[in-house]
Amino acid sequence: MNRPNDYSAYPDAKGRFGDYGGQYVPETLMPLVHDLDAAYAAAKADEGFQAELGGLLKHYVGRPSPLYFAERLTAHYGGAKIYLKREELNHTGSHKINNCIGQILLARRMGKTRIIAETGAGQHGVATATVCARFDLPCVVYMGAVDVERQKPNVFRMNLLGAEVRPVTSGSATLKDAMNEALRDWVTNVHDTYYLIGSAAGMHPYPVMVRDFQSVIGREVRDQILEAEGRLPDALVACVGGGSNAIGLFHPFLNDPEVKIFGVEAAGEGVETGRHAAAINGGRPGVLHGNLTYLLQDREGQITEAHSISAGLDYPGIGPEHSFLHDVGRAKYLTATDQEALDAFVLLSEKEGILPAIESAHALARLPEVVKEVGKDGIVVLNLSGRGDKDVATVAAHLGRQI
Amino acid sequence: MSKARIDARFAALKAEGRAAFVPYVMAGDPDAAIAAKILAALPEAGADLIELGFPFSDPMAEGPPIQRSAQRALAAGMTLQGVLDMVRVFRERDQTTPIILMGYMNLVLHWGIEAFARDAAAAGIDGLIVVDCPPEEAEPLADALDAAGVSLIRLTTPTSDDKRLATIVRRTSGFVYYVSVAGVTGVKEADEKAVAPQVARVRAASGLPVAVGFGIRTPERAAAIARVADAVVVGSALVDEVAEAVEMNEDVTERVLSKVRSLAKAVRSARVGQLTS
Ligand SMILES: Cc1ncc(COP(=O)(O)O)c(C=O)c1O
Repeated sequence: MNRPNDYSAYPDAKGRFGDYGGQYVPETLMPLVHDLDAAYAAAKADEGFQAELGGLLKHYVGRPSPLYFAERLTAHYGGAKIYLKREELNHTGSHKINNCIGQILLARRMGKTRIIAETGAGQHGVATATVCARFDLPCVVYMGAVDVERQKPNVFRMNLLGAEVRPVTSGSATLKDAMNEALRDWVTNVHDTYYLIGSAAGMHPYPVMVRDFQSVIGREVRDQILEAEGRLPDALVACVGGGSNAIGLFHPFLNDPEVKIFGVEAAGEGVETGRHAAAINGGRPGVLHGNLTYLLQDREGQITEAHSISAGLDYPGIGPEHSFLHDVGRAKYLTATDQEALDAFVLLSEKEGILPAIESAHALARLPEVVKEVGKDGIVVLNLSGRGDKDVATVAAHLGRQI
Repeated sequence: MSKARIDARFAALKAEGRAAFVPYVMAGDPDAAIAAKILAALPEAGADLIELGFPFSDPMAEGPPIQRSAQRALAAGMTLQGVLDMVRVFRERDQTTPIILMGYMNLVLHWGIEAFARDAAAAGIDGLIVVDCPPEEAEPLADALDAAGVSLIRLTTPTSDDKRLATIVRRTSGFVYYVSVAGVTGVKEADEKAVAPQVARVRAASGLPVAVGFGIRTPERAAAIARVADAVVVGSALVDEVAEAVEMNEDVTERVLSKVRSLAKAVRSARVGQLTS
């Protein structure tokens, strides 16, 4: 595929990024996704909506988040300057809240009275429960039973915020099954329910809508790096589960060819072992959850289980725009194993006094290669998508420590 | 060829003045051999058309009964090739009962849309329902099925307004499936008073027979729906029989067929003594 000149032209009216994306959903949901598409287009163009969104991002979320020069990490690698975009400092501790604020305002505009969501790590569930508390809307969060176990603190946080967490036992009992269950709920409760998807994935218009809400990350980085360095960065790095924190950082730079772009997928025990969550590096295009995109699947097209230490990356697919950016060569998708992420988790904690989310630690794990690629005078911006407090039990278990 | 089989069956039923009974069974549940035995015996037990599910790992529109049914079939090794083989064997003895495959897009995509349309036709399949392929995404599939002479069966739902209905019934043939409840399979119950005007609407928009499914479990419900629709589809209640028979160590085939017989009987007797139009 040829590289386009203008990435802002995607998706097309049918929700396609090149071949990827679309609306592969049961007929019952088609009128709903069309309604959502129209409602979002109207909201996007409405200054009042944008002003309310901007106000909440500033005063409730705490934006802009800092762009922090990681001096000791830079010295550790001895090359390019490393900046961290501090999304972990947002209210609720990750980038997920940016999208939730946008979508809850939209849900209210559409007159919806009940919110549902899926969650993996629980970060999106917490962010959704938070905005539901703030706007006084009932909230049901679907979460794989396996994830309920490994992210207990977040389950309790959601409960405190007034949300009902429904453990999902079907399939592999992780994020993909939580998403199936949320879709089943939506098909059943078509009149009052708004499905607040947590990543730039699923059927159109979610990938473009979530991207737009998360693009505040990249827009801020642009201003901040120009102020700090007087020029654009040489490389951007982010972890990719469904791909929302990554596309939020990348999108405002897609039309700047001098900026190299790196997404990092979860390699679990290693892509070669088959136990991983690397849709692009270890999968093929297929249809799941309403869109055509790279997926983990067997020869027949049955979806296979993803494996990652990180519940937030433990998903067999990836947002369709990433599949497109991969095919046209605009972004490069690397991988990091569970062990590499753990090492990076510890390194950042010790060098910078910041506990990164285990998801974000996957991006940190590829810094040696990215730093090398851009050279000594280079500038790298890494999206620190979330904080690691939720992961201390997992990390302790892997380090063989009791807490 | 294949479309003709569906049209001929509905024409014959119209002459008889009754609705069709359409059991849904999952290919490969609980295993390939038993599922083939059930399939072969369905017409004799009263099936006028057959819906045959092909199992997918992530069936987003199914409730727990059909989800579990698909999982049993996959665990027992069923593949899409296996499904086509099953139909081919069925066709050696039955050339008149239409078979409609029902499942999800990813498997068809991996087979190759055109190749699948050809191979399905060659196996003796008459129609295809792809639950997660709405008209917006279906043009390539519709072209391939047209060329192969297989009907693309479309779903209409309580959320389909008149404008949407017009979009849905374009390029459809055979019959139209009315999903009688907003929801997944096997959970909510269909109400014939709500269904009747919808069936009339879909019939008027499409000029085709209308099958109703997604919320019908008992002979009483089946009879009630048979009074207002051209065909009655029962799925979850049948796969539940499979599950229970497996659990109780009973004869799966006999349990499913006995349920099919009672449902078919209810559908056949529904319009007795009633004026049919
Ligand atoms: C901190 C953090 N980063 C990243 C992700 C992955 O999601 P995405 O790829 O949409 O950014 C998650 C998901 O739960 C997360 O909690």
